[in-house]
This record gives sequence, C-alpha cells and structure tokens, in this order.
Amino acid sequence: MADRILEVRGLKKRFPARAGLFGRPRGWVKAVDGVDFAIHAGETLGLIGESGCGKTTTSKLILLQEPPTEGSIMFQGRDITGLAGAALMAYRRAVQVVFQDPFSSLSPRMRVEDIIAEPLEIHTDLERAAIRQRVAAVLELVGLPSDVAPLFPHEFSGGQRQRVAIARALATDTKLIVLDEPVSALDVSVRAQIINQLEHLQRTLGVSYLFIGHDLATVAHISHRIAVMYLGKIVEHADSDALCARPMHPYTKALFEAALPSHPDDRHAATAVAGEVPSAMNVPSGCRFHPRCPATMPICSQVEPVLQPRDGGGEVACHLY
Amino acid sequence: MSFALRAGETLGLVGESGSGKTTTCMSIVGLLPRAARIVGGSVLFEGEELTTKSQRELRAIRGRRIAMILQDPMASLNPLFTIFRQVAEPAFFHQRLRGRSLRSRVQHLLKAVRIPSPEWRMREYPHQMSGGMRQRIVGAIALAGGPSLVIADEPTTNLDVTIQAQYLDLLKDIQRETGVALIFVTHNLGIVAKMCDRVAVMYAGKIVEQAPVRELFDDPKHPYTRALLGSVPKLGNKDPLYAIPGQPPNLASLPSGCAFHPRCPEALPRCADEEPIDFHPGAGHAARCWRLDEHAAASHGRSHS
Ligand SMILES: Nc1ncnc2c1ncn2[C@@H]1O[C@H](COP(=O)(O)OP(=O)(O)OP(=O)(O)O)[C@@H](O)[C@H]1O
Ligand code: SF4
Ligand SMILES: [Mg+2]
Repeated sequence: MADRILEVRGLKKRFPARAGLFGRPRGWVKAVDGVDFAIHAGETLGLIGESGCGKTTTSKLILLQEPPTEGSIMFQGRDITGLAGAALMAYRRAVQVVFQDPFSSLSPRMRVEDIIAEPLEIHTDLERAAIRQRVAAVLELVGLPSDVAPLFPHEFSGGQRQRVAIARALATDTKLIVLDEPVSALDVSVRAQIINQLEHLQRTLGVSYLFIGHDLATVAHISHRIAVMYLGKIVEHADSDALCARPMHPYTKALFEAALPSHPDDRHAATAVAGEVPSAMNVPSGCRFHPRCPATMPICSQVEPVLQPRDGGGEVACHLY
Repeated sequence: MSFALRAGETLGLVGESGSGKTTTCMSIVGLLPRAARIVGGSVLFEGEELTTKSQRELRAIRGRRIAMILQDPMASLNPLFTIFRQVAEPAFFHQRLRGRSLRSRVQHLLKAVRIPSPEWRMREYPHQMSGGMRQRIVGAIALAGGPSLVIADEPTTNLDVTIQAQYLDLLKDIQRETGVALIFVTHNLGIVAKMCDRVAVMYAGKIVEQAPVRELFDDPKHPYTRALLGSVPKLGNKDPLYAIPGQPPNLASLPSGCAFHPRCPEALPRCADEEPIDFHPGAGHAARCWRLDEHAAASHGRSHS
C-alpha cells in the first residue's frame, strides 16, 4: 500500500467528569482509550460507531484541538506531538477539517472568499493576488461558480455551504481532511452531490480522508477501509469490502443487523443486541462490549481482548476468534 | 390530497426538509382540511367526519385516538414532572383511571416500551433517562390513551443505529399487539423499507407519488422518487450515486408547472407550464407526472418522429 500519511499509536484522551448535580467530582471520562490506525495517501478511512464512542474526540486530537493524554500521532513518519514553529505550521496546513453542521461551522459575518482565504493567510505567506487566485481555483474544484466569492454563508443552501467548507479545507496544500459527519445534516437529495464531489476530489487530488459517520451504508460507500469504534476503542477494522462481506466482531455484526434495509424484501427480524451503550465513565471490565454481547462467555468479563489479525485482512478484538 | 390507511397498517410519508411532511401531519391531527381520508372507506376517521368537529372535540380525539411521537422527546416531556405523572395523564383523562389501576396501567405501558424495572423507573425524571429511553417513554405516553392512529414524525433521527433498530422493532411489536395504524414521517427511505406498507412521497408540499411499498421500490413512476432511490448509498454497492441537481425548492416561491421540473432529468416542455395531475399506473398507485400521460406521450412521440 502507498505511504502512510498519518498514523496514531496508543492514542488516549481522558476528560475530568464534570462535577455532578451537587458538585461532587465523579472520575474520568475515557473518551478515547487506546486507539491505533494509519491512513494512507489517497485513501479514505471510515470511522464508525455510536454516539459518544469517541469519534469526534479522536478527530480533535488529530487536529491538535485537544492534547492527547497518551499516545503519538505520526505525520509522514514524524511524531507531531512535540512539534513547534514551521513544522507545526506545515502540519496544520496539511490536515484540515469539515464538520457536520454547515450552518454553525462557517462564520456568518465573513464573506466566502475570506472564509476560504483564512487558512491561507494564517498558514502561508502567499501574496494577496495569489490568495485570490487560489480561492477561485478551489471554488471551481468544489463546483461553485467564482462569482459566489463575495457572498455570505446565509446566502447559500446547506449543500452549498458544505461545498464552501470543503473548499476551505482544500485551500492549503492539504493532505488529509477529517470529515466529521459531513452529510448527516444535509437533505437526502443533496447528500449524494457532496459524496460524489468528495470522491471526485480524492481521485483528482489524491487527498486522504478520515470519514466519520454513523450510517454504515454511507461510510461503506465512501471508505476504502473501515474502523469500528466502541466506547473509546477500535474493536475491528478491515477493508471496506471485506468488512461488509464478513463482519466478525459481535458489535460490528450488531451494526450491520441494525442497518436499515435498502429494499422492503431485505427486512430482517428483531436485532440481536439489546441495551444501550454504557457511559464512557464506567467502562465495563474485560471486553467493553460484554454486557450487550449476544455471544458473551465467562472470560469476556475478565480479560480484555486485543486486536488480532482476522480472515480477509484487518484485525478484530474478540475472544471468539 | 388524500390517502387511505387501515387499522394495523403503516403509511410512510417521505420527503426532504420543507416538503410539507410535518404540515401534512399537523393537518391530520389539528385542522383536518379538505380531503384527508385517513381510514379506509369513504369516512374520515373511524367513520366520523372530523372536518365538522369543534376544536374541543378534536382535542379529545387527538389525545385519545390519534397520538403523536415527535423527533425530539424532550419537546414532548416536561422536565419537572416524574415519568409516572406524564404517562399517567392520558390514562387519567381519557380512560378515567385512578389509584391502583392507574398505577398498574402506567407500569404496563412502560413495560410495553421495554423500560426496565418500571415500578422504580416511573418515579424518575426525564433527565435521568437516556435518549432511547426518553423516546420510548414518549411512545408509552402516545399509547396511553389507546389510540387507533399514531403519527410518528422522524422519531428515531436522534437515536443511535442499534437503538433505532430496537425502537422500530418495538413499534412493530406494539402494532402487532394493538392493531394501531401508524403514519411514519421520515426522510429516510431505509425506515420506509423496514416499516411501511404504503408510501406517499412528498415534494414541495404535494404528494407526488403514492404506492404499496414494494411497488414503489421496484417500479417508481415519478422521476423524483426514482432520483431519491438512486441517491441513497446501498450496502454492497459502490456505484456512483445519482446526485439530484439543485436544491429542494423554497415553499414560498415554487417553480411553475411541476415543482420538480427544474431538477428533473426527464422533464418535458409542458412540465414548466402545466401542473401535472394524478395518473394511476396501477392499483393503489398514483403519481403526478406528465410522463405518465399516455395520450400525450403517444402524440409527442409521433410529432417528434
Ligand atoms: N470536553 C469534554 N469534557 C468531558 N467529556 C467529554 C468532552 N468531550 C467529549 N466528552 C465525552 O467523551 C465521550 C466521547 O465523545 P465524542 O464527542 O468523541 O463522541 P462521538 O463518537 O463523536 O459521538 P457523536 O456520534 O455523538 O458525535 C463522550 O462520553 C463525551 O461525553
Ligand atoms: S470478547 Fe466476548 S463479549 Fe466481547 S465481543 Fe467477543 S464474545 Fe462478545
Ligand atoms: Mg461526534
């Protein structure tokens, strides 16, 4: 496989749990609890899991919006956790983000051209004219006419705003874009436009994506590889096709069973997994999925399973294998 | 606009934001205009003409026989009252239950929506529940009056996938047990595929196609329905998605003729000027599209050849 753009090892993030109703300190939230993955050049890694499993926290760590409690982030072979000065700037230029909500992620008082130019002004020493050129070029890349440059975000629809956010993320010499649920807030008929646009940009520019989502079909459609996250840990990862053909971890299976059918003939019976995701403050002992797992065994509540190679490539952390 | 729904059946009302789904629901529950036939036959609701009812009579029907489940459970729950009080209210007013029979009815309802240890949980407040539990409690409140129709407006949008699946399966179980009719308002065709017997697709405030669910998925007649089906990613299929060009229209300034014509890949010249009427390509199947006008299609074909 091509070279690794980004690799994280043993990544952890703990937050102090906010004092309860009566001001008592309540321990630690293990939002990200030991995560390893790599993203290759021109590749999309899908990160899927239920609310609160630590997807956004993982992306904040990568974007250096939060310092990790433990672990390392390697960018093009170099640990960036200790970087400063020009090297840090180069990293910030190369790694960009697009959030879920195109209505709150773009500053309402800035014109589109200034929104897109901002990272260029902060992270590069380009001249005004060069910046203007670059803005026009990325607007064209995302399929927006250049005469939208002087408009404000509220003059756009949700889908167009998301295009502006993607244009901004592409403005610098971007190698990796973190896409945190980029289509979840969009109308169904507009989602396909954005997904196709993202796929097209990757083919033409070779940019890598970390695509965070909770809709299996969408994540599987856009991703080359998928990592499944549960309560701060990756429990299984594999090539997208291999994972869809044969999900192995009981939690991955549960996600597939819970996925909505694409045709009425694919309706299936009641789902096997019961209960709800436990709080990241009280991570169950042993396998963190064991209280909900339909295949749980005595060992599961005592020993935490580690990632092992799985059939068809990738890894799975489960005592069944 | 009119649609029919029998006891124990589920109708999906599909559309994007601003397509008028919620307004349509509100008109069923609230004002009930023109021709909202919601139960089979020529009657309006269980044989009663709702359009001539007073607001007070409507309120009674709304609470007891038509209930709603909204997207955000916190909008339906009062944070200051216990779960017991909120689930008990419809049973107190509509079924006039009191004391022990009221308590056991509430416990029964909470058990029906799979709330663990209901006798203890019913003393708690909404903030002590997870999102999935809150939505199930709203379900219990909706069922409390023993309704014959429940309208669920995007009830699972804020839930996780596994919790969503549990909730949808639960609604189906309850439907099987009680025979309640469901109207599912959603933008998600997966929910339609999983839950519905019939589907009505809305665009720009109008139902543009209506059909039994299999027929709609296998043989959609309206270009918007076809486009919508083609735009959704499917597991195990990596073909490029069909991207519908443009944006959903603004209800305040609708395009002339067929509201979909500016985005329609199959538009005919007349689509820009004339609003299409309902055509009936099959039993129980209706679609508003000039492409279905066989007359015109035949003469068009001749004039072009
Ligand atoms: N600043 C913070 N302080 C305390 N706890 C936090 C903080 N940020 C996140 N958490 C907690 O960390 C856990 C992981 O949150 P995160 O936002 O990463 O989840 P997520 O997978 O992105 O969820 P979602 O699908 O809802 O976006 C949650 O339990 C969350 O409540
Ligand atoms: S380790 Fe045990 S509890 Fe965990 S997923 Fe595997 S079988 Fe289930
Ligand atoms: Mg998140």
